[in-house]
Amino acid sequence: MIESLFPNVNWESMWEATVQTAYMTAISVLATFILGILLGLLLFLTGRGNIWENKFVNSIIAGIVNLFRSIPFIILIILLIPLSVYIIGTMLGANAALPALIAGAAPFYARMVEIALREVDKGVIEASQSMGASNGEIIFKVLLPEAMPALISGITVTAIALVSYTAMAGVVGAGGLGNLAYLEGFQRNNPDVTLVATVLILVIVAILQIAGDVATRVIDKR
Amino acid sequence: MIELKGINKTFFSKSGKVQAVKDVNLSIKKGEIFGVIGYSGAGKSTLIRMLNLLERPTDGTVTVAGNNLSSLKGKDLRAARQEIGMIFQHFNILWSRTVRDNIAFPLEISGVSKEKRMKRVDELIKLVGLEGREAAYPSQLSGGQKQRVGIARALANNPKVLLCDEATSALDPKTTDSILELLTEINQKLGLTIVLITHEMHVIRKICHRVAVMENGRVVEKGSVLEVFHHPQEEITKDFVNQLSEPEEMKESIAHLAVSQDGELVQFTFLKGKTGSPLVTELIRQFDIEVNIIQGKISHTQDGPYGKLSVFLKGEPAVIESALKYVREQGVEAEVITND
Repeated sequence: MIESLFPNVNWESMWEATVQTAYMTAISVLATFILGILLGLLLFLTGRGNIWENKFVNSIIAGIVNLFRSIPFIILIILLIPLSVYIIGTMLGANAALPALIAGAAPFYARMVEIALREVDKGVIEASQSMGASNGEIIFKVLLPEAMPALISGITVTAIALVSYTAMAGVVGAGGLGNLAYLEGFQRNNPDVTLVATVLILVIVAILQIAGDVATRVIDKR
Repeated sequence: MIELKGINKTFFSKSGKVQAVKDVNLSIKKGEIFGVIGYSGAGKSTLIRMLNLLERPTDGTVTVAGNNLSSLKGKDLRAARQEIGMIFQHFNILWSRTVRDNIAFPLEISGVSKEKRMKRVDELIKLVGLEGREAAYPSQLSGGQKQRVGIARALANNPKVLLCDEATSALDPKTTDSILELLTEINQKLGLTIVLITHEMHVIRKICHRVAVMENGRVVEKGSVLEVFHHPQEEITKDFVNQLSEPEEMKESIAHLAVSQDGELVQFTFLKGKTGSPLVTELIRQFDIEVNIIQGKISHTQDGPYGKLSVFLKGEPAVIESALKYVREQGVEAEVITND
């Protein structure tokens, strides 16, 4: 039955591609989360009226973030090929796509982190200072926990964007479902392969969205 | 307990410099409840923030509990701040933590062990009357309960001073009263020095021992609450006092009566111990005059009661004159209100 509906689908390679997409997404989401929070914290804390206010550092980080956010992802991959070759040793495969995926998504997420931190009530920070909290305590005990629901919903949006980035990365040789859909589906004219790959990507996106929504709901006590 | 000497605070902004606090000198005694009253923009918020160096004064010294705060920085300042609790108009508690964990927060900062922390939190929950709500999140609490969490949190490290920044301004009158009662109770039980800022005169009347009135960044008047209520010197102080003793509609009806009746409209002001004396009875017995009571009110302050009585006196001018003289001899102030 399935065989006759999708005559050109090789299920083994389809599964392999799904695993690759999931792998690229998982690693890049994790790295983006950490790097994005770091960058976002720096952006926020060096901003006007905050504890590490520093116009110079702030404008440098903001410049880098804006630059990387402005480059279309498909071009960013090509630009970062030398970096991937330097770090990973090759420009092909799932691992080779990671530097570009992270460089594309982390600045995007950093902006969301900054916005989330700005939403934290200034009065709560003032209250913590009045109790004698250090900057480290304010960051880890106040800012991040209070902003957590927004940080989680932000990473959910970013993760879904990353799934589509992995598909683009697939076109230039990173493997995964995008690669399969392009090479096996589009170039060999097998629309059934493209269809199945699309459905699998939708399933991954749905899982991410549901997981993000549930996590946000559990954390959000406002 | 608190000494402010020559305090100035100037903010520099793009639109120029703003002098928020000008040449303030204050001395607040141990164990007293000291109120600062003023309209918004008077500089009282900036002033209270300089008491724990949330704002650094441009000039002058702030000494709290023997520490010259204005000379401290970094770690020493943070340690000194643990001796000063603060509560806020909008409570400023962490919504991501339960009542228990919010109260434990300052104890985490001061490095108290988990076991001792939990013990102290239980004591504080009992002190502020939040038993049974330990596991609730702030979003499940009413405004009054949130402020109780704020108070418990501010008291966690056994501070010597409690600063209240418009602590009741976001609460309804009934909740305001219950929070004020709690503050008075804490003041008496723990001997804690309390400094509060407010724009509501009844807060000052209800719990403060001494008061300072601020206008345009300056302290224009200060003294014991009873004294300030009784003899307000500045226009702004009179405004605040009148807010409490003479509601607008009362003033109108008195003005109306003053026109429609003949006689003298007199306001008696009773101080400590005189509020119980049968003055009106004595007046009628001893003098050939009619006494018509218009309105009367007794307010209680921390220093004792304070009353005002407005009456119409009808009779011969000479008799009224000697009646007023008698009243003044009784230690009650009498002010003839002329109708103009």
